[in-house]
Amino acid sequence: MRRPLAWPALILGVLGFGILYVPVIVMIIYSFNSSRLVSVWAGFSTKWYGALLQNEQILEALGKSLWVAVSAATISTVFGVLIALAFVRFGNFRFRLALSALASTPLVMPEVVTGLSLLLLFIGMEGLFGWPSGRGIDTIIIAHATFGMCFAAVVVQARLRDFDMSIEEAAADLGARQPYIFFSITLPVIAPAVVAAWLLAFTLSFDDLVIASFVSGPGSSTLPIVIFSKVRLGVTPEINALATIMILLVAASVVTASLIIYHNSRTRRRALEQTAAGDEITVVGQKESQP
Amino acid sequence: MAPFIRIENVTRRFGDVVAVDDLSLDIEKAELFCLLGASGCGKTTLLRMLAGFETVDSGRIEIDGIDMASVPAAARPVNIMFQNYALFPHMSVANNIAYGLRRARMAESEIRTRVEELLRLVRLTGMDDRRPHQLSGGQRQRVALARALARRPKLLLLDEPLAALDKKLREDTQFELVDIQEKLETTFIVVTHDQEEAMTLASRIGVMDAGKLVQVDSPRQLYDRPGNRFIADFLGSVSFLDGIVTGAKDGLLEIDAKIPVLALDPGGFSVGQPVSLAIRPEKINLSRSRGKAANNIPISIVDMAFTGVASNYRVSGPNGIMLKTTQPNQRGEDAPMEWEEQGFASFDPADVVLLQD
Amino acid sequence: MMGQTTWLQRNGRRIVVALPLIWLIVFFFLPLIEVAQTSFTMPRRGIPPFEPLWGFGKDGFFTNFNLENYALLLEYWQDYLGPAGNSIRLALFSTIICLVFAYPMAWWIARSDPRQRAMLLVLVMLPFWTSSLLRIYALIGLLNPNGFINTMLLFLGVIDAPLRMMQTDFSIYMGMLLTYLPLMILPLYATMIRLDDDLLDAAADLGAGRVAVFRTVVLPLTMPGIIAGSLLVFIPAVGEFVIPALLGGPDQMMIGKVLWTEFFRSRDWPVASALAVLLLIILAVPIIYARYQDGRTTALDQQYDEAQQNDIKPGAA
Repeated sequence: MRRPLAWPALILGVLGFGILYVPVIVMIIYSFNSSRLVSVWAGFSTKWYGALLQNEQILEALGKSLWVAVSAATISTVFGVLIALAFVRFGNFRFRLALSALASTPLVMPEVVTGLSLLLLFIGMEGLFGWPSGRGIDTIIIAHATFGMCFAAVVVQARLRDFDMSIEEAAADLGARQPYIFFSITLPVIAPAVVAAWLLAFTLSFDDLVIASFVSGPGSSTLPIVIFSKVRLGVTPEINALATIMILLVAASVVTASLIIYHNSRTRRRALEQTAAGDEITVVGQKESQP
Repeated sequence: MAPFIRIENVTRRFGDVVAVDDLSLDIEKAELFCLLGASGCGKTTLLRMLAGFETVDSGRIEIDGIDMASVPAAARPVNIMFQNYALFPHMSVANNIAYGLRRARMAESEIRTRVEELLRLVRLTGMDDRRPHQLSGGQRQRVALARALARRPKLLLLDEPLAALDKKLREDTQFELVDIQEKLETTFIVVTHDQEEAMTLASRIGVMDAGKLVQVDSPRQLYDRPGNRFIADFLGSVSFLDGIVTGAKDGLLEIDAKIPVLALDPGGFSVGQPVSLAIRPEKINLSRSRGKAANNIPISIVDMAFTGVASNYRVSGPNGIMLKTTQPNQRGEDAPMEWEEQGFASFDPADVVLLQD
Repeated sequence: MMGQTTWLQRNGRRIVVALPLIWLIVFFFLPLIEVAQTSFTMPRRGIPPFEPLWGFGKDGFFTNFNLENYALLLEYWQDYLGPAGNSIRLALFSTIICLVFAYPMAWWIARSDPRQRAMLLVLVMLPFWTSSLLRIYALIGLLNPNGFINTMLLFLGVIDAPLRMMQTDFSIYMGMLLTYLPLMILPLYATMIRLDDDLLDAAADLGAGRVAVFRTVVLPLTMPGIIAGSLLVFIPAVGEFVIPALLGGPDQMMIGKVLWTEFFRSRDWPVASALAVLLLIILAVPIIYARYQDGRTTALDQQYDEAQQNDIKPGAA
């Protein structure tokens, strides 16, 4: 029995989606406004996109952000897989409690605290060992990898938990040893979760303003830092254009990914239904071929 | 000559639970042996110890004369077919089968030949490039079998090999499995909780309960001559009567089990001794008139259930005894006996199994 | 060849645990210690702009321990504790508002047919994957005195003068909704998708009206989602910086913004550190509760999964 949504709930639901989408849609429309004034629609134009491509400060920051996000996401994913493996596979190992506390608290740590604390650490370490000398891209990568790995671990853990252990035993039974089993069986099977973890860590790093602001040095401004400094001065059409591009890119990839996942699960279901019917046919075939 | 597989006083505990309790068993080469028991009886643990996934707390396991204690799973001449098949979901059928061969550093050309040969054996020729999720349950089961056989194991372990298949398919696959085993002459150990499956497949069955082997025998012996009440009850349906031996003559025992019963003397019983009688339902014949058999008991029908090929009855006799009996669907004109009808239950002294406990 | 293992195989587990453990100790735990230490030092001119808490000088071991920064927080309470209280208030109401919108949205998604459900889920996930900074920026364009809403309302003649929406509680709540609504919807959805329709029918069959079904069946069974979602929103909302910085005014001061200002503007790192400690103290209770709750739900999930498996394979050990 299907229950229709009560109308007050429906209104709240529609409003909720409205709050999520109306600001962005209006911004996308106004990014094509030829006037610098936001309030006046002065005709369609793509000139702000042109101006954006001329803006070296933004392009440079974009390059840095991409590099930071790719590096941080990669470190995060490797360490996240290790953490997930330890929790799901190693039972009650020594330091389990310590690792569990250390890997889950960053998930809920306020960004201002994470940023401030890492900056203090980097300065303290520089005083003691001379490393890292000054703040820059490296320190941002380290900071982002630190919380990124905790998020990555959560994603990978969820997949590892319902991993069918008997396929690893099957590999061992057929003569394989660790770490070959991990790379030939485990990793390929959990690959979708690993990719999801990487993308999550990438996004978190790419979007981070607060932590990067604390641990960046002169000349290592990432894109959010540049955007923030511009936004403070008010709404500018160039940022409209930039935001439009970024949001549409993410939207395109999320929608594509969802379509692929949806399509895959459907063909998989279909294949199963077809082959379930196939059992009968095979059985009949066997009977005929038996003397 | 030493037996091919020797399991000697093997014990395995999980915390307070003794999964396998001081168990000893010998299995011959090329035998199809079945470990039968309810879930939790320790049969899967025993299987996993043979495969090398579980350690042995005490006792030893020998395969082909070699102690397996220090041999890891990867190096044992044993392969296992998992209950859920455990096919590698990201590999094609051919790569699944070739996995073990590649680990053994076989040449690619040889691997190709061997995979073809195995696919032919399990009747999956042409399925090389399919992924596991594109196969039906029965096809997956056969891929798992081919993969486990690829390395020519000395011993193949099968954990509930047919449990995931539906009833019809299971019956056909049983015979196929026996065919393959006879063709390859590999030793098979099958674990199952399904007594019918065990009977169809095995040349010998070991019945397990609470970590111990209760009886090891051929299917027919187990069914017709169960060693104790547990086995009689576990394998198929049975009626029990309790009585005392009152006399012996001409190789027959006279027993007072609230009703007088004549039973074939298997030896080892003396007058005055208490015994349990077990009678299989299909060995009891129901009729409206007194038959010629040695044991004839007046009864009335309490319950009847028609199942198609046969009808199952519960009948009550003198002094409150109850018997279960199965009557084949009558041929010809004879009308089957109905509810609350009076009649006679008769059975042969040879079909009465005497149990000590 | 049998039984031989490589160094990697013997120490594999140790490496798997040690690498992340060491990283997190160095880059997460030590920094927190550093913050706590700095909160007990005095600012100075120079690099770093605070006195060392302890060290070895000409006269041997010395310490500069003092509670001056915490005294400062109390003395100028309206500048420090006020925003802290404000943060709790704004975060709390934001959480409630998110819940009010998220609950029907999650219900709607969970009860849709699979195709529509997939689409709605993408609509929820999409903001989650896009930068909240950019979405808040888009909101400014809507709420500004000369922004989209005011322009439209003036044009339509509904109002005569621009409404003041920026730098109010309203703008903060809008920003929080925009940022945290997906975080509230997802855990709610996760509990609702498991809710068996038959339970609702059974309750109705046993005489419960719509309200009673909701109160006695739906609400208790979705409570884990409500708690998880509320924590996911409340905890980061308390420490939020971007939203009060871009959408708030003097009345919407929040502790995260004060910390930022002390650090970047006043360059008073010890006071910023003391504020960080204060923020952590505020969040300690919900964070610890979240961990406890997390453990509980995991245990519940396992029970649920086991029950499901038993349904499929009766009697399986």
